[in-house]
Amino acid sequence: MTAMLEFDDVVKSFGQGLTEVRALRGVTLTVAEGEFVAVMGPSGCGKSTLLHLAGALETPSAGSVRVGGRELAGLGAAERSELRRNDVGYVFQRLNLIPSLTAIENVMLPLELAGESHRSVQQMAVAVLHTVGLDQRLDRYPDDFSGGQQQRIAIARAIVGHRRLLLADEPTGSLDTASGDEVIELLAALPQEQGTAVVLVTHEPRFASWADRVIFLRDGRVVDEALAAPATQAVVR
Amino acid sequence: MALLAEQPRNGHQLKLEFESTTGGVWPLNVGQVYTTLERLERDGLVSRTAGPDDTAQKHYELTAAGREALAAWWSLVPADEPPPRDELMLKVLFAMGRGPEHALAVITAQRSALLSLLQQHRRAQRAGPAPDISTAMVRDALVVRAEADLRWLDLCEARLTERKGTAR
Repeated sequence: MTAMLEFDDVVKSFGQGLTEVRALRGVTLTVAEGEFVAVMGPSGCGKSTLLHLAGALETPSAGSVRVGGRELAGLGAAERSELRRNDVGYVFQRLNLIPSLTAIENVMLPLELAGESHRSVQQMAVAVLHTVGLDQRLDRYPDDFSGGQQQRIAIARAIVGHRRLLLADEPTGSLDTASGDEVIELLAALPQEQGTAVVLVTHEPRFASWADRVIFLRDGRVVDEALAAPATQAVVR
Repeated sequence: MALLAEQPRNGHQLKLEFESTTGGVWPLNVGQVYTTLERLERDGLVSRTAGPDDTAQKHYELTAAGREALAAWWSLVPADEPPPRDELMLKVLFAMGRGPEHALAVITAQRSALLSLLQQHRRAQRAGPAPDISTAMVRDALVVRAEADLRWLDLCEARLTERKGTAR
């Protein structure tokens, strides 16, 4: 099992002195390549902070975070940007699609910013939109799509260029149950189809139950984890 | 009685029909079926009749009183007062007596177990569609009940951590 994401005794504090808030208090966990892990816990337990650290959007106050074996603490600003561009994709509850760009242009954007050639970027974008189940109307604008379809475009943008780690922060939060199910089904297929490791933050057991493993956080600590029974896994796989 | 309303049946047929209608989650002992039939017969709700081919095995059919009782059962809402005892609820409530930390530990363990159960249901769903609509509906019921229990555990956890926060 190759580790895609590793947290080793990670502490993250915000503020100082009396106003200090400890969002994570010594979190240790590993997500393997091609593994789908859900993170659950009450509001303020540190779920989103965990994703921000994994995506190099924040730096830990103590401990070590590694993505694909690379220690994030030693990376400069340029290397962090490169990591976010090449290895790690992010999907949020708010879609953050650019309304004035078409579906395919939204997906092409991160690779074009990285300086890839227009032709290869376009091919990659079409392929990844196909993966998320969108083959038609690629030249339409985000507003022309349903909420679930828009989230699919956002996922396509997050994984385009074969990124190995996808971090999804409540991606179903603004969707109805049926669209939410479709989005999670898509996330659940990525580890098998693309080998992408997926970390999903959710408060919905319905969606967390798709994961290979569910980690529970409380007060910034991992308090437990749930696995589907090994016998059942053996039958399905 | 609902199964007898469709057509007269013997005990074995009732057992098989019951199990297939309920997706196989509640296996029945045929002795249980005959005990129930005898009780219904004693109460005048079913009566014995010859089998379709004059077979030796007796069949049962609904009486007029049985049809009336069944009609009332369809519209009866299952609202028990007080509610039936719920083991999960009892575990958490009793755990409170040993302090909030213990209660939180019980909630955590129960939640992990319930989520493992949900994961198994999900894997079964992904492995292929249910063999029939009854099984699919039974699976749905088990999933949404597990989800409801998980929501309740979340609410318990929120109340306990809120109280711990206030006590600090």
